[in-house]
Amino acid sequence: MSDPPADPRSLAVEMRGIVKRFPGVVANDGVDFDLRLGEVHALLGENGAGKSTLMNVLDGLYRPEGGAITVFGRPAEFRSPRDAIAAGLGMVHQHFALVPTQTVTENVLLGLPRPRFRLDAGRYDDEIADLAGRHGLAVDPRARIWQLSVGEQQRVEILKMLYRGARILILDEPTAVLAPQEAMDLFRTLRSMVAGGTSIVFISHKLAEVAQIADRVTVMRRGRVVAAGVPTAETTTAALARLMVGREVLETIERTHQPPGPFVLSMRDVEAEGDRGLPALRGITLDVRSGEILGVAGVAGNGQSELAQVLTGLRRCSAGSVTVNGVEVGGKTPRDAIVQHVAHVPEDRTGVGSAPNLSVADNLIMKSYRDAPLARRWTIDTGAVRRFANQLRETYSIAAPSVDTEARLLSGGNLQRLILAREIASEPRLMVAVQPTRGLDVGAIATVHRLLLDQCAAGSATILISEDLDEVLAVADRVAVIYEGRLVGLFDAADADVAEIGLLMTGGRTSPAAEPAAAPGVP
Amino acid sequence: MTATAPASRPARAGRRPGWSLRLERRLEVPRWLPVATTAGALVAALLISGAVLWIAGGNPVAIYVHIFRSSFGSLGVLSDTLVKATPLILTGLACALAFRMRLWNIGAEGQFLMGAWGASAVVLIPIVPAGTPSIITIPLMMVAGMLCGAAYGAIPGFLKAVRGVNEIIVTLMLNYVALLWLSYWVFGPWSEGGFQLSRPFPPEAWLPRLSDAAEAVPAFAGLTVHLGLVFGLVAAILVRFYLFRSRGGYEVRLIGDSPRAARYAGIDVARKTIVVFAISGALAGLAGMSEVAGVVHRLQQVISPGYGFTAIIVAYIAKLHPYGVVVAAIAFGALILAGREIQPSGIPAMIQGIILFSLIASEVLLRYRIRLERRVD
Repeated sequence: MSDPPADPRSLAVEMRGIVKRFPGVVANDGVDFDLRLGEVHALLGENGAGKSTLMNVLDGLYRPEGGAITVFGRPAEFRSPRDAIAAGLGMVHQHFALVPTQTVTENVLLGLPRPRFRLDAGRYDDEIADLAGRHGLAVDPRARIWQLSVGEQQRVEILKMLYRGARILILDEPTAVLAPQEAMDLFRTLRSMVAGGTSIVFISHKLAEVAQIADRVTVMRRGRVVAAGVPTAETTTAALARLMVGREVLETIERTHQPPGPFVLSMRDVEAEGDRGLPALRGITLDVRSGEILGVAGVAGNGQSELAQVLTGLRRCSAGSVTVNGVEVGGKTPRDAIVQHVAHVPEDRTGVGSAPNLSVADNLIMKSYRDAPLARRWTIDTGAVRRFANQLRETYSIAAPSVDTEARLLSGGNLQRLILAREIASEPRLMVAVQPTRGLDVGAIATVHRLLLDQCAAGSATILISEDLDEVLAVADRVAVIYEGRLVGLFDAADADVAEIGLLMTGGRTSPAAEPAAAPGVP
Repeated sequence: MTATAPASRPARAGRRPGWSLRLERRLEVPRWLPVATTAGALVAALLISGAVLWIAGGNPVAIYVHIFRSSFGSLGVLSDTLVKATPLILTGLACALAFRMRLWNIGAEGQFLMGAWGASAVVLIPIVPAGTPSIITIPLMMVAGMLCGAAYGAIPGFLKAVRGVNEIIVTLMLNYVALLWLSYWVFGPWSEGGFQLSRPFPPEAWLPRLSDAAEAVPAFAGLTVHLGLVFGLVAAILVRFYLFRSRGGYEVRLIGDSPRAARYAGIDVARKTIVVFAISGALAGLAGMSEVAGVVHRLQQVISPGYGFTAIIVAYIAKLHPYGVVVAAIAFGALILAGREIQPSGIPAMIQGIILFSLIASEVLLRYRIRLERRVD
């Protein structure tokens, strides 16, 4: 199926000249797109390139101002996703629409006319288990949604669409919420579905996974198509990256190593419990010096979040000590960490790192509103706030109409710039960055990396917690591997063995290097 | 919200062409829009109420004109409207401040009653001997009223901060406790001759009224507007300053939008919950003080026709803005006053209810745009 002929009968979807405007922007400017039967077609582009808009138009969620759509050879004018699914087209969004307290079966049936009054749960459970089995979507129909992992919930969303007869699936950045292993499972499922005749649109901005899963790729930039339906076999990730951002992207990061300074952070036998009261950190001992970046690699859920929370005062540790510049911050409050100039780029940008309905200015002063020059005793000097915010907006190129714009209107990359601007402005001695580039496009990732490296050059100690091993190896001086709340390995990034780290991340074996984890960080 | 489109029906194939309405999610809310939808909702509410009045056999226009006349038609009734608006301004501010932090203080009524009790205690216990000049008595009554309101507000704040107890339930129930507490005092220790009211306050405990100056300015004769209105206006200015120009107010807005972001910013959310509940209670308590010292001049069982509840609507209509509260409170003061004139007196209450429903319904316009589309099947 690698390259079937472009005969109209073999097209599942044909979109011609789609135009969609939002106030102030043309999100889709005469876009052509086609999806062949039985292919995985990746739609690649930076955040805000218009990928999701195009697919929302296809799904009937938005009405285009211009253009024509054909689905399975018939003109389609969907007024809602319900019409789209009736025509065999289903979309799985980034944010799931599931009822947590209901079972998988109940969620799949929700909104359908068929079980009218009495729910014959047993029959439907079997039906759904059968459907799931056929498509390789392992999920228990009787499980309740809240019991499921994110990957399983995504399978339920896919099942919902398949149960409604979808033969075309649109997946909007499906891997953004998944751990690497879950992504691999998803890819296997997609492959088997394609083999069964389903056609798939795969929205992404990750080059590697596009190369891995897609048959063809269409690249969008600023609302236009810059490369249409290129077979992935005939292109390279470098070429795609260039098309996506419109400039050559250096995939390798220029990294100058400075001599390590004095110790800033020191953790001794730190233990902490997770949200469910189970041990999440089990005896972490770690030192980080000024001017050094320590990368923490690991599969999601092995204590990374708790580690960041302990360092920033958001979680109490049950044993051990955490000191920053010799001052104990473990077991204290977030305020104590802030006072010690511990900056935090949190994992959850919209829920923790920003207040969505407050202005850009209000978001930028979250760490500094207590101090001069922004505060005078208990009042806030609004003039000083505006100057401060405007200066950061300029310096960090935060694309917002003004500092009064609400933060929720910023794109992912801009929001992360805002958070980094704020954290860097607090003159950190220790910077704790958690998944700082997750969900960002190539250009924004480069910016984040550059800011972290600049900060490090300025003498801050940095902990970079990331599930992206390539990122950790590219940016960090040393790499610590975390598994089930323990540090199981510590390497110099320069001579780290990827295979060995991969093994440690998945609990393969314990490295002897883990024992003297407090080894001085000489690169 | 989920990403699926709401409220649009599936197009049925093969029907004749026509027009249909569709909701589309808004990406951005223009600045003028909230004002426009609020105004539109008020107009719609008047139209709907008008229809109800018309069906009931009344002449809506005549009734509205009558309501307007009886609330704003002369200096005298305008003064009465402002007297009714005074407790609404203060309790409305109490609600608006708490709601800004998403603390659902439904207990302004109870805090109002406790404030009234505290202020009364100054002259009824008495804490100051009879004949103490106003300049001492009135500030003492203010402090006592605000302290009692604040303490009463701090109870749900404390329970929520320390144990996560739902503040809606606690504040709602404490309203009844306050009412019974008041009943005990007016039926028992402070009862005057067995009636459910206290003896009148001495004149030193009365808030000055405009009519007190009638000798100097004859136009003021009969105007009952009292110093409490000034309390309300000053409080509105202070609350606005607090919310938008102070560190504490910034924290309130930050917690209100995202408690997790606030914790991340180093704010002690639990402590702030207690403090803001106490401030909110103090404002409502001041309203109670102003009502007993400015209008009733004694403590009795019925001193509020539900000011603390109307305050919730007032705060909501004002979009939680302190100056908006003043405007909305005056409008609702007018409606309360009109209840005296319009028979049956339930009509102003009905209009209030319809206004609230219209406003809630208009919220959807802030989040979605309506598109009229031609259906071509």
